[in-house]
Amino acid sequence: MVNLTINNLPVTVPAGTTIMEAARQNNITIPSLCYVKDVHKMGACRICVVEVEGAKSLQAACMTEVREGMVVRTNTTKVRNVRKVLYELLLSDHSQDCPSCTRNQNCEFQAMGQMLGVETSRFEGERSSVHVDASVSVTRDMTKCIRCRRCVTVCKEIQGTGVLGAQNRGFDTEIGTTMGLPLGQVNCAFCGQCTVICPVGALRATSSMGDTWEALGDPEIRTVVQVAPAVRVAIGEEFGMPAGSRVTGKLASALRRMGFDDVFDTNFTADLTIIEEGTELLNRLKSALGGKPTVLPMITSCSPGWIKFVEHSYPDHLDHLSTCKSPHTMLGALAKSYYAEKTGTDPKKMFVVSVMPCTAKKSEIVRPEMCNDGNPNVDAVITTRELAKMITSAGIDFKNLPDGDFDNPLGMSTGAADIFGLTGGVMEAALRTVYELVTGRELPFDGLHVTPIVGLDQVKEAAITITGTLPEYSMLEGVEAKVAVTSGLAGAKKLMEQIKKGESPYHFIEVMGCPSGCIMGGGQPRSTDPDVRQKRLSGLYTEDESKELRKSHENPFVTSLYEEFLVEPNGHRSHELLHTHYVPRGKFNQLTDEMFVADVDENIKRRAAEAAMRHAKVQTVSPQTREDVESTRVLELESDNRRLQTELQDALETVDIMKSVFAQYVKKPQ
Amino acid sequence: MSKNLETQATDAEKKKAFEQIANVIDLYKGKNDSLIQVLHLAQEIYGYLPMEVQEFISEEMDIPLAEVSGVVSFYSFFSTVPRGEHTIRVCMGTACYVRGGKKIVEHLKDRLDVELGGTTSDGKFTFEIARCIGACGLAPTMMIDDKVYKQVNANKLKSILEEY
Repeated sequence: MVNLTINNLPVTVPAGTTIMEAARQNNITIPSLCYVKDVHKMGACRICVVEVEGAKSLQAACMTEVREGMVVRTNTTKVRNVRKVLYELLLSDHSQDCPSCTRNQNCEFQAMGQMLGVETSRFEGERSSVHVDASVSVTRDMTKCIRCRRCVTVCKEIQGTGVLGAQNRGFDTEIGTTMGLPLGQVNCAFCGQCTVICPVGALRATSSMGDTWEALGDPEIRTVVQVAPAVRVAIGEEFGMPAGSRVTGKLASALRRMGFDDVFDTNFTADLTIIEEGTELLNRLKSALGGKPTVLPMITSCSPGWIKFVEHSYPDHLDHLSTCKSPHTMLGALAKSYYAEKTGTDPKKMFVVSVMPCTAKKSEIVRPEMCNDGNPNVDAVITTRELAKMITSAGIDFKNLPDGDFDNPLGMSTGAADIFGLTGGVMEAALRTVYELVTGRELPFDGLHVTPIVGLDQVKEAAITITGTLPEYSMLEGVEAKVAVTSGLAGAKKLMEQIKKGESPYHFIEVMGCPSGCIMGGGQPRSTDPDVRQKRLSGLYTEDESKELRKSHENPFVTSLYEEFLVEPNGHRSHELLHTHYVPRGKFNQLTDEMFVADVDENIKRRAAEAAMRHAKVQTVSPQTREDVESTRVLELESDNRRLQTELQDALETVDIMKSVFAQYVKKPQ
Repeated sequence: MSKNLETQATDAEKKKAFEQIANVIDLYKGKNDSLIQVLHLAQEIYGYLPMEVQEFISEEMDIPLAEVSGVVSFYSFFSTVPRGEHTIRVCMGTACYVRGGKKIVEHLKDRLDVELGGTTSDGKFTFEIARCIGACGLAPTMMIDDKVYKQVNANKLKSILEEY
C-alpha cells in the first residue's frame, strides 16, 4: 500500500494505482476526456493534469502512478487555468453547433466545459481540414472530432479490427481509415463500439429516424415494429432509470403509442432460430458421424457485425457459419409473407422497423440476400438510442407508462429467447432445445443455465456428454459435444485462427460481435455505470427466469407457424425465407464491389464545406476568395507592401553576408 | 534507385518487387516496431508506397492497414504517389536563398511544368526543395539524386537537365 495526500486528504491505495484512480476511490473527481478506465490510457488530452509537489510540470493524473509521500493538488488556480486553456483550445477546433448535435446534453465534452466553468471561448482561428463520411451504419463527422483516439483503441485493442487510425501529422491529423477511404469501403464490421465510446458527436449511428417517422405518418402503410431482447434491459437508462431495469411492458406500450400497427417481438424469431439452427446442427452432426464430409464446428450467425468481420478476415471459412438469417430479418421475412397473407396486406405496403442494440444491423438489411420477392425483409433499423429519442420526441412519458403486451402471432416468446441478447445465451438456448430433442430429458443444469458459459469472460467453453438418447438419435449416444462461446471480435479471431489451422476441438461455437454480447452493442445507451454489463446481464437472466416457458421448442406460436406455413424445420420454405448465404469480401474489401456508403446529409455537407473553407482561407491566401471579401485596392497595396518587405529583407541579408565576407578578407594577411 | 513502376513496370517486375519486399519483411520477422524500416526498404524497392504495397505489408506483418497508412502519411519521406526516376532538390537554405535559390525554383517550375512536390508528366523528375544541404560556399546549389550542382543559374539549368 502507498500513502499520499490528495488536496490535503491522507489517502492509502495499492501500489501501481494512478493518481486518477486513487482520487476516484476517495470521492475526488478529476476531470478526464481521453481516459477510459481499463480501455484507453494515453495522456493525450491533458485535461486531467494535477499539481504534484516536487514535479517540474503538471502531471497527467491518468498516467502518473502514486508514490509514497506524494503530495497531489487537483484544484489549484494553476491547474484550473491550464485545464481551461486546454479546453478552449480543443473547443476552437470543434464545430460548435451543439443545439443541433445528436449528443447535445449527453456530450462528455459539453459536460466537461460546464465542469471546468468555461464561459467564453477566447480562441478563434484556423480549423483543421475535415471530412464527413457516412456509411449505412456509422457516420463519421470529423468536424466534431477532438482526436482523443478512444475509437482507435476500441477498434484495434478491444475488437482487434484496426479499421480506424490516426492519419497525417500535426494539425492535419485526422482519425480515419486508410488513405481516407469511406468506412463503407474498408473492412469495418460496423459493430459500432466506436459510436459508444466517442465522447462527442463525431461517431454516431447513421440515423433511420426520418424514414421511420415518414412511414408512421403514412396512412397507406402498415407499420410493423419488432424489438431485440437486449433493448428491454437498456432503454430505461435513457429515461433516467438504473442500468439493467427491465422495461419490456413499457416498451410495448410506447411503441403502440407511437403509432405502430403491429408491435412484434424479435424474441419470437429467436425461438424460431433455435429450431432452425438446432436442426441444422443436428443434421451436420448426424452426417459427420455417418462419415459424410461435413463442416464442423458450426458457428452462430445472429450477429451481423461478426458476419461482416468473418467475410472480410476469413473468406475461405464461410461454410462454418450457420445459414440462418439473424432473428430480426427472419421476422421481417415472415411479416411480409406469413403475416401479410394472414391479414391480406400487400407486402409492398408494409414497413418493418427493427429496434436493435446494434449498428451492424443497419448494414445487414441493405444486403441483397436480405430480400424476398424483391421486398427487403426489414425496411429500417433504429438503435436503442434512436428509439429513446423518438419516444421522447413523441411526447411519451416512458417512465410512467402502463405495461403493454406484444402482438401475436409474432410476439410471444420463451425465456430462451431473452438470453439471445447476452454472451452465451444463444448457446444455452440451443442446448436447452437440442439436448431435450435428442434425449427427451431436460438439460441437466441447475435452473437450465449452462454454468461454464455464463459470465463475461472472452472465451468460454463447455462439454456435455450425451447419454440415454431417443432411438432416432442413437448415433449420438456417448458423444461428447464440445461448445465454445465468445464475444467481441478479438475473441472471435482466436477461435477462427484455431479453425484455420484445423485445430478447433469444438462442434458448435457462439460468436457475438460486441464484447459481452448485444447488451453492450454499438446501438445501446452510453452508460456511466461501471457495473452496467453485469446489471444488464442479470436483467436478461431474470427476464428468462420469470417466464413459464423457457425452451424455444415449447413456444406454441412457433409450433403453429410450422403447422400452418413452414411445414418443417430446414424445409423448402424455411430455406427460402429464413436462410441465407455469405459473401467473401476479403480483408481489404477487394473481393466484392458491394459498398455500404450512404449519402451524407445536405446540411452536414454544407457545414463541413464551410469549415473546410475556413481552413483554406487561413492556410493559403487564395486571391479569388480574398477579392470577394476585400476590395481589389487593398489587395494590391498589401501585395506591394509584401513585395517591398521581402526585397528589403533580402537586401539586408545580402549586406550582412557581404559584411562578414569582407571582414574575413580584411583579417586574412594576403 | 527509384523507378516509376506505375508506368514502366511489367507484371514480372512487380512480382519481383513484391518478392523482395517479402524478403525484407522476413528479415524483420519477430522484431517489434520494425514497420518504419520495412516501409523504408519497400519504398526503395518499389519506388513509392501505393495502396497495394501497403496492403501487402499490412497482411504480411499482421498490422492493421489503418496503422500502416497512418505511419506512411505521418512521415514526409514516404510517398504514396509514383516518384520520378530522379529527384531534384533545390537548396533553400539562407545562403542559397539570397543568391537566387527562389529563382531556380521558379525556372524549374516553368521548365518542367511541375509544382513543388510534384512529378513531371514523363515520370522523369520529382521536384522538391531542401533545407540547406551544407554547401553554402557553392550557393546557389541544387541536387539531382546524389549529385550536387554549384552556382546554378537559369542558363546552366538547361545543360544540367539535359544530362538526364
